[in-house]
Amino acid sequence: MRSLLFKSLLEGSAVIAPPQPGSAAVTELAETLGQQAHARLGRSLAIREVDAGSCNGCELEIHAINNPVYDAERFGLKFVASPRHADVLLVTGPVTWNMRQALERTYAAMPSPKWVVALGDCAANCGVFTGSYACAGAVKDIIPVDLHIGGCPPPPLKILKGLLALVNEMTK
Amino acid sequence: MKRPVPTAAAALATKLRAGPDGFIRLQIDERDWIGLAMGCAQGLQDLLALWVDDDAAHMGLGVPALKLRIIVSVPLKRGSFPSVAKNHPAACRLERSIRDLHGVEPKGLPDQRNWMDHGKWPSPPPSLKKDAARRDAAYAFLATEGEGLHQIAVGPVHAGIIEPGHFRFSVNGEAVVRLEERFGYTHKGIAALCKGADIATAARIAARISGDSTVAYSYAYALAIEAALKWRPPPRAILLRGIMAEIERLSHHVNDVGAICNDASVVVLHAHCTLLREDILRTANQCFGHRMMMDRIVPGGVAADLSAAGAEAIQALLARCATNFEAVVRVYDEAPSLQDRTVSTGNVSAELARRFGAGGHVGRASGRAFDTRLNFPYGPYEALDFAMALHAGGDVDARVWVRIEEVRSSMALIRQMLKLLVPGPLMSVMPRARASEGAAMVEGFRGDIFVTVRLDDRARLVNFYARDPSCFQWPLLEAAIEGNIVADFPLCNKSFNCSYSGHDM
Repeated sequence: MRSLLFKSLLEGSAVIAPPQPGSAAVTELAETLGQQAHARLGRSLAIREVDAGSCNGCELEIHAINNPVYDAERFGLKFVASPRHADVLLVTGPVTWNMRQALERTYAAMPSPKWVVALGDCAANCGVFTGSYACAGAVKDIIPVDLHIGGCPPPPLKILKGLLALVNEMTK
Repeated sequence: MKRPVPTAAAALATKLRAGPDGFIRLQIDERDWIGLAMGCAQGLQDLLALWVDDDAAHMGLGVPALKLRIIVSVPLKRGSFPSVAKNHPAACRLERSIRDLHGVEPKGLPDQRNWMDHGKWPSPPPSLKKDAARRDAAYAFLATEGEGLHQIAVGPVHAGIIEPGHFRFSVNGEAVVRLEERFGYTHKGIAALCKGADIATAARIAARISGDSTVAYSYAYALAIEAALKWRPPPRAILLRGIMAEIERLSHHVNDVGAICNDASVVVLHAHCTLLREDILRTANQCFGHRMMMDRIVPGGVAADLSAAGAEAIQALLARCATNFEAVVRVYDEAPSLQDRTVSTGNVSAELARRFGAGGHVGRASGRAFDTRLNFPYGPYEALDFAMALHAGGDVDARVWVRIEEVRSSMALIRQMLKLLVPGPLMSVMPRARASEGAAMVEGFRGDIFVTVRLDDRARLVNFYARDPSCFQWPLLEAAIEGNIVADFPLCNKSFNCSYSGHDM
């Protein structure tokens, strides 16, 4: 154990340079947030993730932004266990009928001000699951969405860029 | 004199020839159907899958020792068939799903509660029989009685970044007396979406049954379609499929070892393993143009080639992996504080693993010597050799060691396949479509995936069914946690790492 820790210290850091906020995300946020007064969040966002019916591909890439390469926490992006502690609801998947109520309740449990990010193609438009009797719709059909991060699944850098844009816009 | 009811699939299958997919197909009557279900319970054969298509119920059975796979079909009688679960509990949730999605009644099904249908769908599944009665969606969890017992309800929204499902713990102080799972939250109606779809559309859906096993699902789907159409992929594609499948296995096993250590509070190993995983995914992206290699295996071949530079990148990755992963293994092996959490935690008996036909690390850590790549080899595995990772401990530790050994064998397999790689086309031309069917099994990182398809003469899917390895693993998690403390549930759960989406489909 000691040798592994020692090696980690000597090898230096695996982290990548901070990426620029995604330009598409900045544009969308400018539209969705408008002139709304921004809360002073001190450049930090508490994120609650909800899988509303995804294939779990998006979850894997969300996990990846927490690895030592992308290290989302250095930007103040912290995943929290309860919606009551969260500023942002990060939602994946086409919203299934069986998850709809749980998603609505999670959103309702969050204190205001709050924002919703729909992550992945399914969250944006149900993706390949469009038209299924089991899917209630895209995330925006169920709760208001402030930002979409597209991809199947979006790679970690793209997720990070989207969330960074959100931090910047929120705390302007 | 009435002939005795056959319980062994092997006895029924004598002198019958398997189709191009390796499955013998046989029409049987209800009496034989019940006998075979009893045979599953007795351990004469494994239940591989159970589904309903048009006017018949079908059961996939396997006898690995005899290299025998058989699909038996029984005609539905007034919308019902004899319950398999009545004699063989492993079929219980499969039959509850069949009831919900088809309105077909498994006669004698011991658990009459809904499974996929939570009473939320505004319109019924298109597969539901027109005259089927919609049942009450009220759901009663199994009762636990005793002094000092209380319940902890968890989910469907969990505390971490995980898929949705509900766990109902009945506990006495710290000790778990009973865990009951409730799933179906991620049910997306995949079988119905595939019905009537063309081969390419259904391929994209099949690749998203369980995102973490996207390569394995695409692979199984492609094999099933190819078997139906007698379509032979080119040799280079066969090897590239194997390489992608092993890279996928590698990425998850490495990650799971780290995640299990994380749940035992050794965060540094988790950090190292996530770095390794990132390295693997970046290499996959560099070689095949997608970090998870989604949609890269397609019926007829593969949709991405491996360049010489890509092959070198994989070799370099394997060299880094070998060093870095072995460093993690050394720490795991030498840390008593870690072993204190994993050894003798979350026990699954060999008998239970056998009865449920649990595949993957769950089965192989409990002495069930089954790996599709070795027992029913397909594609490149017909020409490759490796040792099965097999342990008898049945605890979290044994499941970690199965993964560790499979990381090593996956790396060796990739090296072998890279050596065998010859230049050539990536796709072969699709033969003329005809009404046909095909089935396939592929060993994903989590265990054996079963896929079956039926096509019409315009190459559209008439039926699609997939069975995730999790279907036979989730029930064992309920058994594994019994008597353990609540705080060890994440550890046990991670050591299984079952799929919700794959199970719910």
